[in-house]
Amino acid sequence: MPSASQASVDVNAALAAATKQTPPRPRVARPEVPFDTARGWLREMMLIREFELRCMQAYQDKKIGGFCHVYIGQEAVAVGCVAAVEKRDPIVTAYRDHGHALARGMDPRYCMAEMFGRIGGCAKGKGGSMHMFDRANNLFGGHGIVGAQIPLGVGLAFGTKYEDEVINGGKSSRVTLAFLGDGALNQGSVHEAMNLAGLLDVPVIIICENNGYSMGTSIVRGTTMGHDISSKASAYGMEGIAIDGMDVLETYWAMRDVVERVRSTSRPVFVDMRCYRYKGHSMSDPRKYRTREEEEAYERDDPIGRLKAHLESRGLTEDDFKSIQREVRATVRAAVEWSDQSPVPPMSDLYRDVYLERWGPYTGSSAPEMLGGGENEPSFKAIRPVEGEGELL
Amino acid sequence: MTATMREIEFRDAVREAMSEEMRRDTRVMLLGEEVAQYNGAYKVSRGMLDEFGPRRVIDTPISESGFAGMAIGAAMLGLRPIVEFMSWSFSLVAADPILNNAPKMLYMSGGQYGCPVVFRGNDGAGGQLGSTHSWAVEGLFSNVPGLKMVIPSNPADAKGLMKTAIRDDDPVFFLESERLLSLKGDVPEGEYLIPFGQARIARAGRDCTIVSFGRPVHFCLEAADALAREGVDCEVLDMRTIRPLDAAAIVRSVRRTGACVVVDQSWSFGSPGSEVAALVHRECFDDLDNHVHRVHSADVPAPYSYDLEQEYLPNTRRVCEAVRACLYRA
Repeated sequence: MPSASQASVDVNAALAAATKQTPPRPRVARPEVPFDTARGWLREMMLIREFELRCMQAYQDKKIGGFCHVYIGQEAVAVGCVAAVEKRDPIVTAYRDHGHALARGMDPRYCMAEMFGRIGGCAKGKGGSMHMFDRANNLFGGHGIVGAQIPLGVGLAFGTKYEDEVINGGKSSRVTLAFLGDGALNQGSVHEAMNLAGLLDVPVIIICENNGYSMGTSIVRGTTMGHDISSKASAYGMEGIAIDGMDVLETYWAMRDVVERVRSTSRPVFVDMRCYRYKGHSMSDPRKYRTREEEEAYERDDPIGRLKAHLESRGLTEDDFKSIQREVRATVRAAVEWSDQSPVPPMSDLYRDVYLERWGPYTGSSAPEMLGGGENEPSFKAIRPVEGEGELL
Repeated sequence: MTATMREIEFRDAVREAMSEEMRRDTRVMLLGEEVAQYNGAYKVSRGMLDEFGPRRVIDTPISESGFAGMAIGAAMLGLRPIVEFMSWSFSLVAADPILNNAPKMLYMSGGQYGCPVVFRGNDGAGGQLGSTHSWAVEGLFSNVPGLKMVIPSNPADAKGLMKTAIRDDDPVFFLESERLLSLKGDVPEGEYLIPFGQARIARAGRDCTIVSFGRPVHFCLEAADALAREGVDCEVLDMRTIRPLDAAAIVRSVRRTGACVVVDQSWSFGSPGSEVAALVHRECFDDLDNHVHRVHSADVPAPYSYDLEQEYLPNTRRVCEAVRACLYRA
């Protein structure tokens, strides 16, 4: 493999300089992934970036409301991590979640329509940018409160193990990926969840997407041991490891090792995933807390550019690259058009999906049609209809 | 109920419900502080570790936010965890998972992920536990759509309602009272369930409707006995669940009696009691001979001193006074 490992030195050095972190451990030689697989990852990363650029535009156009956090710069993390697990492995993440949803296989139309607040959205327009859920693809949400998804991720992993071992009498066979940002590292819920994961032998991989900034606060200003956050894992009896999240090939191989270990040992692992977000924390962030030089250093070592260079050394032509570019642009344009055309939710939907059971003003629940759901999904089907004798408040 | 009865304690009734449901459905498990090896801080889960083993009766560290969130994740996957809070007062450090995750998951996910979890534990003042340990959380938490809230007053109801709670597909907040755990009562042999949203007429009467739930129901019944000696015939409604609330039962009763007193051990401002009062004023305006009178905990932090605490809480004397005032007999 050509100089991918050489290239990573720059970005790690820059990150270390910017955040005073020690760079990830030196990488070992990795096998080569099949050309078409790597080309597929390139397409996914380009799709996410194009999608996010169009999100920013749609936000300016006021088609997207509320908060919107884009993933530009971190594409290798979601793509590499998702590639390292199986579809049956649950994933839960924070509010910067469009990339995880797309990498997990969500149709970009449903993802975009969700942000447009339309009925065609993955959550029928009830969740928004921070709450991407996709049951068919085992994505248990984007979650808005910083760190809150980590106890959920530990619960998902506890749950898969319980199902496999206690209910089905077999061996735990699934792992859960629970993503958080470095800004969540100081939330109590994260530490409580890590303690429980270590205590209960839960097969969860807690992936800290360490982009160096908690909104406008650099990691060393807000976090003890900010130069080496994976060391925090040892306090919870779990392995901590740093991975280069700017290089999808390295992310994939390193995560594959971790996934294999967690799958076989059922012990949790904490990952310090080194990465960088090119844009602000949210759409309103002017990024005055860091220098343009720092941003440019990362942009020069862009994860998409890096994979592109790798594939070019294996025969990817400029024409082929341009054809990918054309295709993802068309796909995202179609997602925007589809979202524009998707109706707003009917007002009757206001009282839908509050409870699975129908009572009082609440009209029960149904999964989004485009995700293959129907009236009251079987696994949550109300067992016991209330024999109401009158109005319930 | 015509089934054979036996007298058991409130805590035994709750345990029977949990154990029966755990035998019926392996997706059900119990977790919380001291629930397993210690046999429960209040002995509600006594013996359950022996029967179900440590995989299904799980001791957690003192870490409410962590284990409540963990249970919610497991519930999203399709398990049916029962989470014991040693006290609902301690649930406040788990406010984010129990209020932001459990009741909103179905809505935020557009109907994709439900959350069939039961949170249960002691609610309301215990005995001189002071301000931080005496929370009656029904005032705070019943404000949140997406959750169901159960507040049983006696062993038989506790068992039937707990079984319903465990089988319910929505998140259920089940509020017990440390003061009631040793209360004995007749509980039917064999399986039964009590549906949510159906009030129980704890005492029938003609002159005044007293609406209550949980521990204060007992003060209402004592007050009704005392008032009967004064020639006042009270009807006591035990609501059993706050969400859903059996509004029809309240309206039916108040239309007959023309007077209504609400007894609720949470603080008065923005409470189930104020909701009931609003309901009655809206639905029974022309039937009322006086405005709804309300008995709540005093609008102060819970005091430690025994005498102050007794005065702070709804009690039989204060219920009697409210009924007399409502009937212009003060």
